[in-house]
Amino acid sequence: MNKIPNRQVICDVLVEEAKKDKDIVVLCSDSRGSASLAPFADTHPEQFVEVGIAEQSLVSIAAGLASCGKKAYAASPACFLSTRSMEQAKVDVAYSNTNVKLIGISGGVSYGALGMTHHSAQDIAIMGSIPNMRVYLPSDRHQTKCLIKALLSDEKPAYIRVGRNPVEDVYSPEDTSFVMNKATVLAEGSDVLVVACGEMVRPALDGVNLLKEKGVKAALLDMYCIKPFDEVTFLKYLNEVKAVVTVEEHTYLGGLGSLVSQITARENPKKVMNLSLPDEPVITGNSKQVFDYYNLNAQGIVTAVMELLV
Amino acid sequence: MENLTAKAFELRKTVLHMIYQAKTGHIGGDFSVMDILVTLYYIHMNVAPGREKDPDRDRFILSKGHSVESLYAVLCDKGFFPKEELLTYSTYLSKYIGHPNNKINGIEMNSGSLGHGLSVSVGMALAGKKDGRTYRVYTVMGDGELAEGSVWEGAMAAGHYKLDNLCAVVDRNRLQISGSTEDVMSHDNLEKRFASFGWYVIHAEGNSIKSLDEAFIKAKETRGMPTVIIADTTKGYGVSFMENKAGWHHKVPTEQELRAGLEELEEKRRAANE
Repeated sequence: MNKIPNRQVICDVLVEEAKKDKDIVVLCSDSRGSASLAPFADTHPEQFVEVGIAEQSLVSIAAGLASCGKKAYAASPACFLSTRSMEQAKVDVAYSNTNVKLIGISGGVSYGALGMTHHSAQDIAIMGSIPNMRVYLPSDRHQTKCLIKALLSDEKPAYIRVGRNPVEDVYSPEDTSFVMNKATVLAEGSDVLVVACGEMVRPALDGVNLLKEKGVKAALLDMYCIKPFDEVTFLKYLNEVKAVVTVEEHTYLGGLGSLVSQITARENPKKVMNLSLPDEPVITGNSKQVFDYYNLNAQGIVTAVMELLV
Repeated sequence: MENLTAKAFELRKTVLHMIYQAKTGHIGGDFSVMDILVTLYYIHMNVAPGREKDPDRDRFILSKGHSVESLYAVLCDKGFFPKEELLTYSTYLSKYIGHPNNKINGIEMNSGSLGHGLSVSVGMALAGKKDGRTYRVYTVMGDGELAEGSVWEGAMAAGHYKLDNLCAVVDRNRLQISGSTEDVMSHDNLEKRFASFGWYVIHAEGNSIKSLDEAFIKAKETRGMPTVIIADTTKGYGVSFMENKAGWHHKVPTEQELRAGLEELEEKRRAANE
């Protein structure tokens, strides 16, 4: 079982890249521990900016730095970064088109029992609705590494959400097929299409494997790029299958499921089932307990697919 | 110096024309802030058309973005864009919209939503320090704007990082949409507030180029801490029937008011030139 959380992978990549690129600046809001940024702060103090518990100025200061040529990585718990700083993300980052990458850490229900204040079940909807803001939810440590490296070479705004805990690998270091802004095809199949993002990709892969045992051929897309959404790959599979299931650690309002439903309705109407968090505060528990309660697991995906195919 | 006072009255005429023509704009705050912008752009700031991307240029953020008409008038007069373009202000498909827009030459960042400019300026000033550059960062905030919490997040960071390359100006005209700032949300202890965040506080007569010039010189000489100039201004400054009237925050003049306003501004421009 993998022990390295995605947030730590981000820090590792930035520590390495910052040795070569003095324009990389990492900002945090008293979150160097929770964002796993302590190694960066220790190795590159001159490229590190602490703003204290002040998420609004975190994002504005990042934008100011970026407007002067810096590559600004602002990391903060996804729950605060996506809601408390939303206007700064809209105005100073997206609208002003500054090279700021907003890293939402401990996203979704990573903070388990801490309650709705600490859950980010709306961040895809919030960030995705801002013009010029890209939204990425990498699924495992290998994809996270590829994504951050790819983002370092562009100058556009982006929001990246990762969880708090280590997630089981989807890919291997030898076989991480990653193309920027292209969904990764994890399974081929013509019965049903499963589209997942972030930490839901691994259970989706397990679910698709269970379906195979039942004789159901499911295609699986790792849609880490929520925005820009890879419609080309999606439509190629949509046109082959009978129904679609989406899986996400987010409310069904304005997330992956909403996007998939809209595109499906427009291009080739078919049944779509959205597995997601409800439009209410989620239950208390660790991530796994929360996922199981809402059927966001392999068995839940199997059940949803079987229902759709009846 | 006298010429710049005249220049400020001349540019107020441009603003009045723009707002009358477009039937939208924020005259009151435009007129209070004009002398601050003129002092910055004609005496203190190291900026010029053709050098918009120069890494050593000074930076300016109009945090009180609704006074954009004055900024447009100044930038146009400085040659950042032609007057024909300025006349498209607020018309269909124009990029000269009612708040600063960085698609326009000479404008660094988009603003308009209050309370962002100071923190963005902190980022710019930090970048200057990190890169060992000597440029200065200026931002102008409205006094009503200071009620936004994010202003104080930025103030805290500027003090913490001892950003002596950052100078904020408060356009202290004492009026906001709903009326007196002291009735809406009081700010009469601004000096103590900024000082407690680690700032060097300077007072200036905000509609006097001479007083502002001295204040900016003092700010440049300050080491080890950011500076704030609390500039006492008059909302609607220059047109007697607009002065100190909250109603002129964003009122559009009638044709008669336009003529009367232009006449008065022209008289003051001439007097300043004598």
